[in-house]
Amino acid sequence: MSIVTESIAGSAEGSADMVQLIDMHKWYGEFHVLKGINMTVSRGERIVICGPSGSGKSTLIRCINRLEEHQQGQIIVDGNELTGNLKQIDKVRSEVGMVFQAFNLFPHLTVLENCTLAPIWVRKIPRREAEATAMKYLERVRIPDQAHKYPGQLSGGQQQRVAIARSLCMTPRIMLFDEPTSALDPEMIKEVLDVMVSLAQEGMTMICVTHEMGFARTVANRVIFMDRGEIVEQNNPIEFFNNPRSERTKAFLSQVLQH
Amino acid sequence: MPSEFQAPANVTLRPPVASLGPLGWLRANLFNSWPNTILTLLAVWLIVRVVPPVFNWAILDAVTGQQSAAACRAPGAGACWSFLSEKWRFILFGLYPPDQHWRPALVVLLIVTMLIVSCDRRLWGWALAAIWLTGLAVVFLLMAGGIFGLPYVDDTRWGGLPLTLIISVVGMVLGFPIAVALALGRRSELPVVRALCIGFIELVRGVPLISVLFMASVMIPLFLPRDVTIDKLLRAEVGYALFFSAYLAEAIRGGLQAIPRGQYEAADSLGLTYWQKTSKIILPQALKLVIAPMVNNFIGQFKDTSLVIIIGIFDLMMTAKTALSDPAWLGFYKEAYLFIAVIYFGFCFFMSRYSLWLERHLHRGQRR
Ligand SMILES: Nc1ncnc2c1ncn2[C@@H]1O[C@H](COP(=O)(O)OP(=O)(O)OP(=O)(O)O)[C@@H](O)[C@H]1O
Ligand SMILES: [Mg+2]
Repeated sequence: MSIVTESIAGSAEGSADMVQLIDMHKWYGEFHVLKGINMTVSRGERIVICGPSGSGKSTLIRCINRLEEHQQGQIIVDGNELTGNLKQIDKVRSEVGMVFQAFNLFPHLTVLENCTLAPIWVRKIPRREAEATAMKYLERVRIPDQAHKYPGQLSGGQQQRVAIARSLCMTPRIMLFDEPTSALDPEMIKEVLDVMVSLAQEGMTMICVTHEMGFARTVANRVIFMDRGEIVEQNNPIEFFNNPRSERTKAFLSQVLQH
Repeated sequence: MPSEFQAPANVTLRPPVASLGPLGWLRANLFNSWPNTILTLLAVWLIVRVVPPVFNWAILDAVTGQQSAAACRAPGAGACWSFLSEKWRFILFGLYPPDQHWRPALVVLLIVTMLIVSCDRRLWGWALAAIWLTGLAVVFLLMAGGIFGLPYVDDTRWGGLPLTLIISVVGMVLGFPIAVALALGRRSELPVVRALCIGFIELVRGVPLISVLFMASVMIPLFLPRDVTIDKLLRAEVGYALFFSAYLAEAIRGGLQAIPRGQYEAADSLGLTYWQKTSKIILPQALKLVIAPMVNNFIGQFKDTSLVIIIGIFDLMMTAKTALSDPAWLGFYKEAYLFIAVIYFGFCFFMSRYSLWLERHLHRGQRR
């Protein structure tokens, strides 16, 4: 399975890089949020981004599917550079899945409709086929029995798993997670993390902003530490947690790991 | 001991039944405090003062059947329902040829049916748009004729209730999409579109409907080449639809503003285009939120059709006034206005009850 996708993608663009950020800057008005980010994510890689509040983690991953616009430098996603070209943007977005802290399910649609909307309208897949695919992914996140309920009738953990299934239905080449568990009660965090771990084990390329350091340890290939709009340090999880090099990383880790 | 107070686990307890009795009910609801007691007594006094005279006028002393105006003018005579027996067809259908009255009657029936059919949520969407467009085409065929052996009736002879309904309903059907476009345009990222929409909305909201109607009927012809004439009814209709679209747009904008940013971002992140996002995610939620203000608009709009009278269009209000100016039947204002008031009220009450029902129905099973 993974061999097939790799060969197709490889022949298309001839590069193993899913995401490439080259000296990328972003300002909110006068405020310089991201200051020259350089970062490469290879196919199948699992990145965890951490850092203090306000350091620009959300802004960074939101730039990757152009929910935010960068002003300088380059962002290349699966061979497509993000510019003002709207067609190109929609194309990148349909290849990039995103899971939000606040779930952002569509409350007026059932769980199943949430999952089939984009495949039907963006991918032009016939409804029956889209529903079958959606049920498959709802089974994978272990809530097929909720398919005909509305999001408002589900618990937070269930909603977040639906949100993951909704993204998966577009068969994305990369998934972005922005603090997917921080709006959840402790007993629901595990059910969402379990789904994410199984995704990782199947080889999904993932960039995940999270403070779940246990998840980072077991799943990540690389942990990136951000502070004040810069990437301060990145390393494999063992080195990152055991031998942090910069003082800022040490200070951050001592705070996070206390809990 | 405590086990006595525990209900067995498999028994569901019913709420206790209040056994007040009529006297107890009176005391609990009408005389439970001093202010309430005073209000109750005031209400009773008002009922005693108002109901018997109205009852006498409308029923006991009323003149009914095919009687002359003289019988109604006799001393002590109450309501002159004979006036309505004589004039109801004129008030309902205006100058439309009497032998063809079945046509406007059918039109009224058709429009009412379409209004009721529209209440079914399963039809909302393109099905409803199709129903209304074909329905309105049939309405115009019936009213104008000139085809299928129906004699041609010029729209200057249309009048009364069907005309009021046509003006109002066409105003809604034309005005609603314009209003949605204006509301979306007002939030557009394109400065030109936004400026145009804001300009239009503010301009229209800054003038009274009467002056819009005057402009439509008097000024538009000034700008047209001399040999081009646009039908007066059509001009009024366009002015009327544009006027209401501006108000409706503001109601809809309120709904758009209430949609959280996360909904836009989720739609964007799935790769939906602007129009897909707007039509599948944003508008369905926004419109649902503003049902009450929209229906409020429709009710106001329905009643404001009566203003077309000032440019000489024969709506329900105008036919009632004309019926009153018949020299043989001068002076029966109460009966005439009561008659059309009941008709207006019937339609408005229906809309208002429906919107209440709809709001309750739509929010069921969809808590956030
Ligand atoms: N739309 C905006 N306009 C102006 N400033 C913004 C906007 N969004 C974020 N910021 C600012 O940009 C900075 C980075 O925000 P960002 O949300 O990326 O931080 P974060 O690392 O995700 O923090 P957290 O852990 O709290 O989610 C913050 O200082 C924030 O105040
Ligand atoms: Mg954040």
